[in-house]
Amino acid sequence: MIHSLFLVSTAGHIFLEKHWKSVISRSVCDYLFEAQGKASAPENVPPVIATPHHYLISVYRDRIFFVAVIQTEVPPLFVIEFLHRVAETFQDYFGECSEASIKDNVVIVYELLEEMLDNGFPLATEANILKEMIKPPTILRSVVNTITGGRELRSVFAWSVAQGSGSSNVGGTLPTGQLSNIPWRRTGVKYTNNEAYFDVVEEIDAILDKSGTVVFAEIQGVIDACVKLSGMPDLTLSFVNPRLLDDVSFHPCVRFKRWEAERVLSFIPPDGNFRLMSYHVNAQNLVAIPVYVKQNVSFFETGSSGRLDITVGPKQTMGKTIEDVVITVHMPKVVLNANLTTNQGTSTYDPVTKVLVWDIGKLNQQKVPNLKGSLSLQSGAPRPDENPTLNIDLRIQQLAISGLKVNRLNMFGEKYKPFKGVKYVTKAGKFQVRT
Amino acid sequence: TKTPRPWSIFGYFELDIELHEMLDSNKDSLKLEAMKRIVAMIARGKNASDLFPAVVKNVACKNIEVKKLVYVYLVRYAEEQQDLALLSISTFQRGLKDPNQLIRASALRVLSSIRVTIIVPIMMLAIKEAASDMSPYVRKTAAHAIPKLYSLDPDQKDQLIEVIEKLLADKTTLVAGSVVMAFEEVCPERIDLIHKNYRKLCNLLIDVEEWGQVVIINMLTRYARTQFLNPNESLLEEGGEKTFYGSDEEEGKEDKVEAAALVVKRKPYVMDPDHRLLLRNTKPLLQSRNAAVVMAVAQLYFHLAPKAEVGVIAKALVRLMRSHSEVQYVVLQNVATMTIKRRGMFEPYLKSFYIRSTDPTQIKVLKLEVLTNLANETNISTILREFQTYIKSMDKDFVAATIQAIGRCATNIGEVRDTCLNGLVQLLSNRDELVVAESVVVIKKLLQMQPEKHSDIIKHMAKLTDNIQVPMARASILWLIGEYCEHVPKIAPDVLRKMAKSFTNEEDIVKLQILNLAAKLYLTNSKQTKLLTQYVLNLAKYDQNYDIRDRARFIRQLIVPTDKSGALSKYAKKLFLALKPAPVLESPFKDRDHFQLGSLSHLLNAKAGGYQELPDWPESAPDPSVRNVEVKYPTSREKRKEKKVEKPFYSDSEGESGPTESPVNSSPDSDTGSGSGSGSDSGSEDSGSESGSEESEGESDSEKDEKDKRKSGKKKAKKTAPEMKKWRIYVSFCVALLLKCSFPSPQAASPTCGPLKTYELLHRITGEGLAVTYCFSRRPFTGDPHMVSVQIQFTNNTEVEARSLRVLEPKLQSGMRIAEFPEIDVLPPGEISTVHGLFNKLINCFSFTPFFVTIQPPVGELMMPIFMTENEFKKEQGELGTRQAPVFMGLAAKVLANLSRVPCGSAMECRFAGKTVTSGSLVLVTVVTKEERAAQVTVNCEKMLIGTMLVKDILQALSQ
Repeated sequence: MIHSLFLVSTAGHIFLEKHWKSVISRSVCDYLFEAQGKASAPENVPPVIATPHHYLISVYRDRIFFVAVIQTEVPPLFVIEFLHRVAETFQDYFGECSEASIKDNVVIVYELLEEMLDNGFPLATEANILKEMIKPPTILRSVVNTITGGRELRSVFAWSVAQGSGSSNVGGTLPTGQLSNIPWRRTGVKYTNNEAYFDVVEEIDAILDKSGTVVFAEIQGVIDACVKLSGMPDLTLSFVNPRLLDDVSFHPCVRFKRWEAERVLSFIPPDGNFRLMSYHVNAQNLVAIPVYVKQNVSFFETGSSGRLDITVGPKQTMGKTIEDVVITVHMPKVVLNANLTTNQGTSTYDPVTKVLVWDIGKLNQQKVPNLKGSLSLQSGAPRPDENPTLNIDLRIQQLAISGLKVNRLNMFGEKYKPFKGVKYVTKAGKFQVRT
Repeated sequence: TKTPRPWSIFGYFELDIELHEMLDSNKDSLKLEAMKRIVAMIARGKNASDLFPAVVKNVACKNIEVKKLVYVYLVRYAEEQQDLALLSISTFQRGLKDPNQLIRASALRVLSSIRVTIIVPIMMLAIKEAASDMSPYVRKTAAHAIPKLYSLDPDQKDQLIEVIEKLLADKTTLVAGSVVMAFEEVCPERIDLIHKNYRKLCNLLIDVEEWGQVVIINMLTRYARTQFLNPNESLLEEGGEKTFYGSDEEEGKEDKVEAAALVVKRKPYVMDPDHRLLLRNTKPLLQSRNAAVVMAVAQLYFHLAPKAEVGVIAKALVRLMRSHSEVQYVVLQNVATMTIKRRGMFEPYLKSFYIRSTDPTQIKVLKLEVLTNLANETNISTILREFQTYIKSMDKDFVAATIQAIGRCATNIGEVRDTCLNGLVQLLSNRDELVVAESVVVIKKLLQMQPEKHSDIIKHMAKLTDNIQVPMARASILWLIGEYCEHVPKIAPDVLRKMAKSFTNEEDIVKLQILNLAAKLYLTNSKQTKLLTQYVLNLAKYDQNYDIRDRARFIRQLIVPTDKSGALSKYAKKLFLALKPAPVLESPFKDRDHFQLGSLSHLLNAKAGGYQELPDWPESAPDPSVRNVEVKYPTSREKRKEKKVEKPFYSDSEGESGPTESPVNSSPDSDTGSGSGSGSDSGSEDSGSESGSEESEGESDSEKDEKDKRKSGKKKAKKTAPEMKKWRIYVSFCVALLLKCSFPSPQAASPTCGPLKTYELLHRITGEGLAVTYCFSRRPFTGDPHMVSVQIQFTNNTEVEARSLRVLEPKLQSGMRIAEFPEIDVLPPGEISTVHGLFNKLINCFSFTPFFVTIQPPVGELMMPIFMTENEFKKEQGELGTRQAPVFMGLAAKVLANLSRVPCGSAMECRFAGKTVTSGSLVLVTVVTKEERAAQVTVNCEKMLIGTMLVKDILQALSQ
């Protein structure tokens, strides 16, 4: 299936290669560079590229191209999904998935890749199994790394650590999880404080047109869990209003039959952080749009200038405050600079990327934030006939905008009494206002 | 002058020497650091192959991390350094015999990843053995190894298919995905292998890991296409009745059948229950978090489900639109194909395909495609309004695609044609040239449908030739004017005049259209354009492009009458001004569904290597009974296994076994198994505890043993083989050197063993030329009736004498005894020597240094025959526990166990009796032959473990 993997930085530097079958020359990446040259942005590079002898399937994440080389028919989504799983594993192990962190931990990365694929076919992709086999870099080690910085010192230190405590990246125990019926949970988990936290995070995807009318709006939600429970707990999570949920997808641990029959989530949780379910809220329910936006962006025919005026205010907030409001505008190429004033927050315009960011912060009822000023255009260039769209980011704590509520969480199979908590957050997803 | 190199990876020579030193050191930490640096080099694509000899000798290092990194290195470079790579093989072969399943699996995994053709037979053997391993994890690894071996040596196909067939019958979820993967790579055409396993695969599916699910679903899609009938074809024919009887399907089924028989006189379609099973069991997977699984189910439904049921996949696919942009890209490609055939399915989700300014271009274009496919009379106004906002986008490629989309909507939906055309004409005054050009091209296509009404638009476009530079647009305008020159009689000659002036500077496609225009004008309006045409033709005659020269010559012959010009010139007008059919604007996704959806080939719209065609539905259904599987009477052992393994995880919460029960079910074995690693394999549970303790014992001793081994190894190397000197550097820890001699064909069993089965104790390769086999002679031993005699045979395959062969420190379990094996002083080359020994316990392990070997007698050998009559047999049988299973009769059970035959009346029955050596417990075996080569084996024994194991052995032997 997957023949080789190359990690390529945006600058076109191949900084890691791994082959599961015969070695394929890295020159195969030239086809990717060619496509990258044609595309206006790295995001626009097509995920599947056919070359004379191979197929390249790539994902672009965190400024890195993960390029898988394929030789024969394979479902493209299979590869794409796997590559994202790899990126997520790196994220999980190193705290961030970046060129620097991968280079620093190249041995662990290699060990991980070795376990994740066998002959190009996914073998162990569950974080729990992997962590049993390959330990993530310890805090101690990474602290020392940041202090010493240098490669030599670090390696010297690594010896002393290895000699002193006999520790190494690779776990001495063998992954029993791989053999079990529930591969996502490792055995022998022990905590002094047994806790289970659930975050219900909802995102509003919306498109508003010029006049503020809703063109399209929907709510997508996820339940992220952080479960630190000893032993083999069996949890049941029920909702007050499960009817709201229209379309759901689950972590493999959730028993689907039980959901079908009783609309409760019954599962033996993985250890640590995981996404329990994601859902889509029934389309019949009207989506409450928490903010209103009034905007006027115009470019003058003469004088190479334009005007911008944006006002944002709270609308349907169910009595909660809206926080972290940020408005991002991708300006047309001809906009050289912006001279803007605001009565709340800060606004910055980057003349290179042509992005205007207005960081507003909290919205309160009394004062309505407003941003206005002039835009200077490249002289001589024709007036842009397109208007930029506004992308809005916001956050409302303690509220699931759909009204979804967790009823209770029960635990079976273990004797202790766990600490349980549920948190609700609403965020803006892909929230755009057209102008 | 040379600057001093820093102590770093970049100092190449220093590095090499230093790494060598580190690898040779006896500190694991130094080795580890060296290996880490080497792996970092490999990762960066640097060549580290010079270090091969130094690295490979660490293959047996005790430190797990060093070992793993050596494996990484080995797999990477073995292909380039085949000879040296062979040095490591013995380590893996030893690993294959390890009592710990994870070590066996890992050994097989690395062994099969080494791409060295010479070890193909070893790999084959290892795979075959692992395929019948007790541990499902090892069997899974065996399945993974199959495609590796196949790609190394395709000649092994037939043998590999046998292994695949065997593994397909496996009942564990762990193996299912991997073996189907192997099936797809090695023998996707052998669809017949699936029949017997079809239902099992359907039922296991939900508990298989995600990646395996994808592979299985794709394979089953193909399978179903060959085995079931098209559910939609007959639906069409029955359509009329369906609405008639449609109200209650369940009840009306029988009526419907009758009615159909009366009216259509054709057998009505009844879905094969297996077809239904597949659809039912895959449906929950639409809820998977894995996009690949969702897509696999979606394509299965699209290709296999009755029309009415396909709708369920739309929601799931739309959900994937929230995922990463790469996922969106693939999903949208597939949705685009689906929307052509099944538009209704996605109509409710129209708005989910609305485009955001932040979408990557390729996503925008695909969404546009979907929106266009979904357009119909009712929603076209909303869609056009949406399109209007898109035209203002900054992304020009996307704007061009939108214009194309508008054109397609206009051709498909007659009512909006004029609106669209007007909109496009407005775009002609757009500042962006690309936008204008694209509009021209689309307008040209639209005008072709009804030119007479739109001469003003043509005039407008004629004016554009002064400004538009995009060749395709210029060419389109010229073609339009030429084609409809009668509608613009005044302007057309003037355009030609202008073009004639700029002819030499035009692009080729524009030149060709100028020639066309000239010819058409010459035919309709020769008075005004004769000279211009001549001029253009002359210019073209000397053009650099041969197409244009050819065209000029062709046109001149055709339209300018000369003496020689033939009959054709009479028809020139008909040729040039024939009524041309309007172009049909089609989706590029039309007919893509002949590729299996979700496949790479579908995405590329070209067949990728290894793509398996989706077969057409058969005309008549093949025999469904091929999928029937005989129901087994599970032995109690199997029953237990089923409880744990086969119980689908998802369904275990149904009613009777409440949620409290399931952790109890699944946890204890994995809890206890933490140390030995063999815990969760419920099959080996009985022996697991024993082997576990044995292993830990081994570990505590291991260091000492290792030293011993090293010492004696060195001694031996020095003493025996001077030619080994040059290899000394590698030999410091193992004597793997004799391996360098070639591999002779496997040697036959020694004559003394006769019909008895011999077991290999030490392979000649592992044993550095010393081969050891053993068999159970079944001769009663005079000294002690509670001992079993074993005959061990040593073969020296080397050129030198081997000395002092003896058993050292046999590791015995409590209660186990061993009689002294005599020492063999000298074993000359090529000679064979045999010793006899005795021991008496079920799980045995004793070792010969420097080779650790384990003798594990099959349970049948731990018995001795006793004689009894049929009546006695029946009486005893009644008192003892029973293990039984039906099997296929192949050979007599006598070979397997040391039992004696009990005389018996029926020809269909064979009975055997015996007792265990140690405790003297009775063992009774009954084999009843039934029709069709089937038979039933019954074993009665008070020791449950022995009974169970004996049944297993007999079953295995008989089914071979």
